[in-house]
Amino acid sequence: MAVAVGRQSNEELRNLSLSGHVGFDSLPDQLVNKSTSQGFCFNILCVGETGIGKSTLMDTLFNTKFESDPATHNEPGVRLKARSYELQESNVRLKLTIVDTVGFGDQINKDDSYKPIVEYIDAQFEAYLQEELKIKRSLFNYHDTRIHACLYFIAPTGHSLKSLDLVTMKKLDSKVNIIPIIAKADTIAKNELHKFKSKIMSELVSNGVQIYQFPTDEETVAEINATMSVHLPFAVVGSTEEVKIGNKMAKARQYPWGVVQVENENHCDFVKLREMLIRVNMEDLREQTHTRHYELYRRCKLEEMGFKDTDPDSKPFSLQETYEAKRNEFLGELQKKEEEMRQMFVMRVKEKEAELKEAEKELHEKFDLLKRTHQEEKKKVEDKKKELEEEVNNFQKKKAAAQLLQSQAQQSGAQQTKKDKDKKNASFT
Amino acid sequence: MDPLRRSPSPCSSSSRPPSPRTPPPCEAQGYVGIEAVLDQVKIKAMKMGFEFNIMVVGQSGLGKSTMVNTLFRSKMWRSSLPSLGVPTLQTLQLQSMTHVIEEKGVRLKLTVTDTPGFGDQINNDKCWDPILGYIKEQYERYLQEEILITRQRHIPDTRVHCCIYFVPPTGHCLRPLDIEFLQRLCRMVNVVPVIARADSLTIEEREAFRLRIQKDLRTHCIEVYPQKCFDEDINDRLLNSKIRERIPFAVVGADREHLVNGRCVLGRKTKWGVIEVENMAHCEFPLLRDLLIRSHLQDLKDITHNVHYENYRVCRLNESHVLPRGPGWVNLTPAPSSSSSTPKPSKVRLRTHRSQDRKQK
Repeated sequence: MAVAVGRQSNEELRNLSLSGHVGFDSLPDQLVNKSTSQGFCFNILCVGETGIGKSTLMDTLFNTKFESDPATHNEPGVRLKARSYELQESNVRLKLTIVDTVGFGDQINKDDSYKPIVEYIDAQFEAYLQEELKIKRSLFNYHDTRIHACLYFIAPTGHSLKSLDLVTMKKLDSKVNIIPIIAKADTIAKNELHKFKSKIMSELVSNGVQIYQFPTDEETVAEINATMSVHLPFAVVGSTEEVKIGNKMAKARQYPWGVVQVENENHCDFVKLREMLIRVNMEDLREQTHTRHYELYRRCKLEEMGFKDTDPDSKPFSLQETYEAKRNEFLGELQKKEEEMRQMFVMRVKEKEAELKEAEKELHEKFDLLKRTHQEEKKKVEDKKKELEEEVNNFQKKKAAAQLLQSQAQQSGAQQTKKDKDKKNASFT
Repeated sequence: MDPLRRSPSPCSSSSRPPSPRTPPPCEAQGYVGIEAVLDQVKIKAMKMGFEFNIMVVGQSGLGKSTMVNTLFRSKMWRSSLPSLGVPTLQTLQLQSMTHVIEEKGVRLKLTVTDTPGFGDQINNDKCWDPILGYIKEQYERYLQEEILITRQRHIPDTRVHCCIYFVPPTGHCLRPLDIEFLQRLCRMVNVVPVIARADSLTIEEREAFRLRIQKDLRTHCIEVYPQKCFDEDINDRLLNSKIRERIPFAVVGADREHLVNGRCVLGRKTKWGVIEVENMAHCEFPLLRDLLIRSHLQDLKDITHNVHYENYRVCRLNESHVLPRGPGWVNLTPAPSSSSSTPKPSKVRLRTHRSQDRKQK
């Protein structure tokens, strides 16, 4: 339905002057109140070799003992361990997630070391993208797990970056805000440190690694950001133990030759890191992650899935039409698969049937064979029986004949004796 | 929508879902500096500026333009007096004007949409359609921007955040037109009803009118802003129930200043006195202004973004799918290409079969 709307074009936006106090200057405060009630999310990824001081630095940064056991050096591959904590400071609640790379740099073959890290980062983006693409979604409850900052721990060799570092950072620079730091900086002397830092920065630039640039477009933070950027990469020392210095307890590392104070700017750049990471640029890190890295991931993923914004005729495609097309395609494939499966099923059934028939035939044959054998046997037995009967008959006849003879003989014998007796008797008389 | 502006969870029907269980909070043992993030948020927001879009709806002559001028203390609109011989508009024509106002470093891009001709015809059937169409069009525009592959950093927000509905001061109750309109609109946008030209009612008449309107709203299940179901916690509820008791506010608009007791006040001068706009005893304009601007502006925007816009988006994305949808179908599975949730439709069919059987029995 065409709704006639009279609208001003954007260029003619008039700046009106107010003749009294309206009151919308409380808007930023309203916004902040909402944000406070919801809480903030911040996710840090620590990439570095085992034993380089990642967990200690996190403990020092956030002034909290996050429970963790030191990792062994025997890991077969790199895996990522994520732990979430909820911190509270005055009225600000922070959901902090620290992701550790366990086993980084420990393997003999480190070709694939960066892969689990990239996969983890992509998986978080993917989870957010899935939530965003859902039909019924709740992006406000969503616990954002996307990595906002990646602290890359450089080993304090004093020479230059390792090739593993370069390769890993190159793979990560388009996916996450990388802040390189030199770990265990108390092992490097001051003059060496300066050379080391410039070597690292020049190597990063010559290899085209894009690390996180502290924003300098706003007057309030431009100055501090500009001064701090000069000191990149920050050389940090982490410590959770406190040492008495003067009359105060301060976080420090105690050596026989002296005490390295963590929060002393002459000793290390820890304070600078804390300023930049938390107190000045936390929000900017989150915004960069969302507007730059996540959008890049989303764009690549959607293009990979086949969505376009405009088709060759330069008519804008709507996402729904592409959804429709994709879904019809998918349904078609489903049907085809179904057909295939059905046909395979039919074939299998036929095969089975043939097998069964074969078996049946065999059985029949066996049966016939058995029957015949049985009949033959039976006949044999019958023959034998007949023979036996004949023999028995013969025997009986012979027996009967013999008996007759015997009885005849007996009779004649009896007659003879009788005659004899009679003779005897006659002779007596 | 800027993700920096975290906001309370949305929900279109009942209570908000509980927050996810998090590990017990650790107290930092020293000052870390996390609260500096609040200042960072403030600086960023002030640099980007704010946007606010408001719509005024009501019959002609109720003082809409004057009210807008009074709210923002500037000549936004020249209130148009209908001249004789000009035919009334046949169709409702919405007019939008955008201004940038600044106060103490805070820049606000304000867009006011007027609806002249609303309810002025003899047959007012479906006179709310152009308005609803306009609101939907803004949502659509935002949605289109949001689903682009290459999106802008900051999507321009033209969605209507608040709609002020002017109820004519009849003193009786809501008219059928009002009820129809409010019912439809409350589902799509935050509506704040006000009693216009309240200087024609005495205080007792005002209270009675207000109570009757509240009763009407309850009878017809019209949820005006601040909606009860979006109260987050006990503080919100307390604050908002105080506001809800006074809705609709009885307001008077004026853009002329007069001298009263040596002070210069905004008001309407009549033969029987000067009605001071800022005086709580005379009218409730300060309440309206505080609600809209000083305390709940961000909340209005958040509810528009989290609730109304999301509802629109759900409907819009659902209707482009061809699969039969049973009642209460909700696609919770991700990814556009695998959205066919095959078990669900068959379950629904079973249910209907059973119910059919029951019916047959």
